[in-house]
Amino acid sequence: METHSADVAIIGAGGAGLRAAIALAQSAPSLRIALISKVYPMRSHTCAAEGGAAGVIKPDDSLEHHFNDTVGGGDWLSDQDAVDYFIREAPTELLQLEHWGCPWSREADGSVAVRPFGGMKKQRTWFAADKSGFHILHTLFQTSLQFPSIQRFDEFYATDLLVEDGRCVGLTAIEMRSGQMRWFDARAVIIAGGGAGRMFPFTTNGAIKTGDGMALAYRAGVPLKDMEFVQYHPTGLPSTGTLLTEACRGEGGVLLNKNGRRFLQDYGMGPETPLGKPVLKTMELGPRDRVSQAFWHEQRKGNAIATRWGDAMLLDMRHLGEKTINERLPLVRDMSISYMGVDPVTDPVPVRPVVHYMMGGIHTDINAATSLPGLYAAGECACVSINGANRLGSNSLTELLVFGRRAAVSALEYLQQGGRPAGGAALAEAAQARVRELVQRTGGTESVAGLRKEMMQAMEEHAGIYRSGEGLAAACAKLGELRQRYRRIELHDKTNVYNTDLLQALELGSMLDCAEAVVQSAAARKESRGAHQRLDFPGRDDRQFLRHSLAAYAGEGPPRVSYRDVVITRSPPGVRDYSGGHE
Amino acid sequence: MRQVELEVLRYNPETDREPHFQRYAVDCQEEWVVLDALNHVKETLDPTLSYRWSCHMAVCGSCGMMVNGEPKLACKAFLRDYPGVIRVEPLRHFPVERDLVTVIDDFVAKLARVKPYLIPKDKAPEAAEFRQTPAQLKRYKQFTLCINCMLCYAACPEYGLIPKYLGPAAIALAHRWNRDSRDGGRDARQEELAATEGAWECSFVGACSEVCPEHVDPAGAIQQVKIESTVDWYQAHLMPWTKK
Ligand SMILES: Cc1cc2nc3c(=O)[nH]c(=O)nc-3n(C[C@H](O)[C@H](O)[C@H](O)COP(=O)(O)OP(=O)(O)OC[C@H]3O[C@@H](n4cnc5c(N)ncnc54)[C@H](O)[C@@H]3O)c2cc1C
Ligand code: SF4
Repeated sequence: METHSADVAIIGAGGAGLRAAIALAQSAPSLRIALISKVYPMRSHTCAAEGGAAGVIKPDDSLEHHFNDTVGGGDWLSDQDAVDYFIREAPTELLQLEHWGCPWSREADGSVAVRPFGGMKKQRTWFAADKSGFHILHTLFQTSLQFPSIQRFDEFYATDLLVEDGRCVGLTAIEMRSGQMRWFDARAVIIAGGGAGRMFPFTTNGAIKTGDGMALAYRAGVPLKDMEFVQYHPTGLPSTGTLLTEACRGEGGVLLNKNGRRFLQDYGMGPETPLGKPVLKTMELGPRDRVSQAFWHEQRKGNAIATRWGDAMLLDMRHLGEKTINERLPLVRDMSISYMGVDPVTDPVPVRPVVHYMMGGIHTDINAATSLPGLYAAGECACVSINGANRLGSNSLTELLVFGRRAAVSALEYLQQGGRPAGGAALAEAAQARVRELVQRTGGTESVAGLRKEMMQAMEEHAGIYRSGEGLAAACAKLGELRQRYRRIELHDKTNVYNTDLLQALELGSMLDCAEAVVQSAAARKESRGAHQRLDFPGRDDRQFLRHSLAAYAGEGPPRVSYRDVVITRSPPGVRDYSGGHE
Repeated sequence: MRQVELEVLRYNPETDREPHFQRYAVDCQEEWVVLDALNHVKETLDPTLSYRWSCHMAVCGSCGMMVNGEPKLACKAFLRDYPGVIRVEPLRHFPVERDLVTVIDDFVAKLARVKPYLIPKDKAPEAAEFRQTPAQLKRYKQFTLCINCMLCYAACPEYGLIPKYLGPAAIALAHRWNRDSRDGGRDARQEELAATEGAWECSFVGACSEVCPEHVDPAGAIQQVKIESTVDWYQAHLMPWTKK
């Protein structure tokens, strides 16, 4: 098997992976860095982020505000020491991007502009029109091209982490172009593989967000943390799930039910604010979990509007005017017209909640280190946790930068501590044999598309905005069954070159593992907190569940779920107040 | 609901001597794009079909292909705009890796050559941003919008004839950095840009700007690069005293 030796191998070249790679290249130019990605870096899903990235920069704002917004927004499930580190590093990282040339939108005086975002008390979201993630990704990618020590392996699909003597010693990956397995013999590995929204049928997530990074770590013995917390974004286009950024509401857009009522006032987020004058942390600028849940109730009351693609509400931006919409939300206008045939300048746009973001992920400490020596994780695939039970919009892009860099620093420190056992060859051979068996298997009775559909249905039905013990039990049974049946799939395509049938089969394997961790963790959490709402346990239960869940892989059976205390330093659990009454 | 005839170019280097077309009859929703139809084929008719896609919102740049002979993003090619048979082929001017998947190594290498990163003019301010007014931002903003989708390369007759040509997107991106008020790297990029295979290769057909889904206007960038290079030449040769 062809072998590549590296000091650090990074799986994933989205925002988190690129940030890590640049940090490594800058601090130790002689380091051999392998940047491995199943798509070209600029195709990574960070490109889809629209709204912006949060970091305190303006004089009327403070780190304390950002801290409180994040911790309260996360329903007190965030680790407060991690949040402190995050908010302190955030401005530095966003300025670093500015110094690398990111085209942030500007104020008249030439300083960076910030915009309001849901759940944030002050305006602190840096943005580049409504293509913020796109510009961050391309700025990082293009910046990375000046470092010869970053060796890229584009369109390489990582299949296994290699673990020997209790350390991570590399990985295997399929070169898509040849179909050949490659062995990456690496002294340390950083996973930056992104989210897993594709477990659900209706999502803002691109095709590549299949939870591979999470599954890689999970199977290698690192637990997945807080997987039951799946964020629904309130405003996706009903036809395709395409996101209309929260900045629509930040700029003053409002949500209406079929009677034209701004219904959020009926769910503790009122009183109604004047049209076109959004008030921070109130009404449409409440947090995503609350807004999505409010829609669910409206739907039950019969107040949703019916569309060909199911129930929806209306996002009304008409009062912003054509000029503002074109300047600040050009992509939103373009997509509404293209995919829904509705121009937000003249008509309200139908939208509905859509699966968007994984709060949970690979359990890491505040230094982005996992429990497996030599393995680090950052970005959406990781759970530090700063996002707790509900991420605030625009904290994620910043998190990629802060913890992408942190993972690089930690990996360097690990290398400096010295050697590691040689080897991994036998493990790489075994990984290769497993994939070969899958490709060559005959007599299989299951298909990738078939199992995927059943998985998505189960997730949509039982692991959505509101959940019940009964539904979750059914989902647990279903996922156990699907994982069994997965072992009997047979590929239609048994060739080597760019075999997407194989790729999708492997991705399905990742999603099934992640999905089982989601439903098992959700079944075990008998309370309602943030994005995890149980009809049978409607209240938050701090006595029992002010704790992170940890799902540990257990081979063929379901994961073992255990708990770990949340780090509380100075903000005791309180009431999340998004009414106009808050000071 | 409408039944759409898709005619898709297939090529697997391991099993096919040469490319051929395969027909699929696909039941489609009215509002679908070509990508939705391909996904439907992949899921229900033929799992062996290979193509790239991810975001389905015209920003990742993966799904460029020829649709009825024109370079398009499959996620933005609406079926309603194609009444008859829809012929789908890999992007022109690129080697085919398999089916609709092309090899884009050439562009990726060229992009690196034009130094598409900030070469700062001044030292970055301590704990603060470089100031840049909205007007200064506007000078280059359009050229930052390139999603590297390669449609312009597929449309460019020059690139078809002379593969060494830097091509529209790489030039537009180099130009983007040259026009950034924070940047001082124009001289460093000029060598690639002003070379024969740089901007001068372009015979100004303008096809690149016509097909660009992001309205980057690479043709405009190329024209500006040419004008600036000409000014450079005059300054260096005829008025050497004016050169800073
Ligand atoms: C539509 C949309 C809008 C958003 N808007 C915002 C916003 O405004 N603000 C905000 O803060 N957040 C936003 N988010 C969230 C945020 O964009 C993501 O959480 C973030 O970009 C994830 O970045 P990442 O680097 O972790 O992963 P990604 O950018 O998804 O990259 C993952 C990388 O891992 C690689 N990879 C995965 N599996 C494998 C494998 N098996 N082998 C090799 N490589 C692999 C991929 O190729 C890719 O390079 C948005 C998300 C979406 C979907
Ligand atoms: S210039 Fe336009 S057409 Fe060319 S690669 Fe960029 S976005 Fe695509």
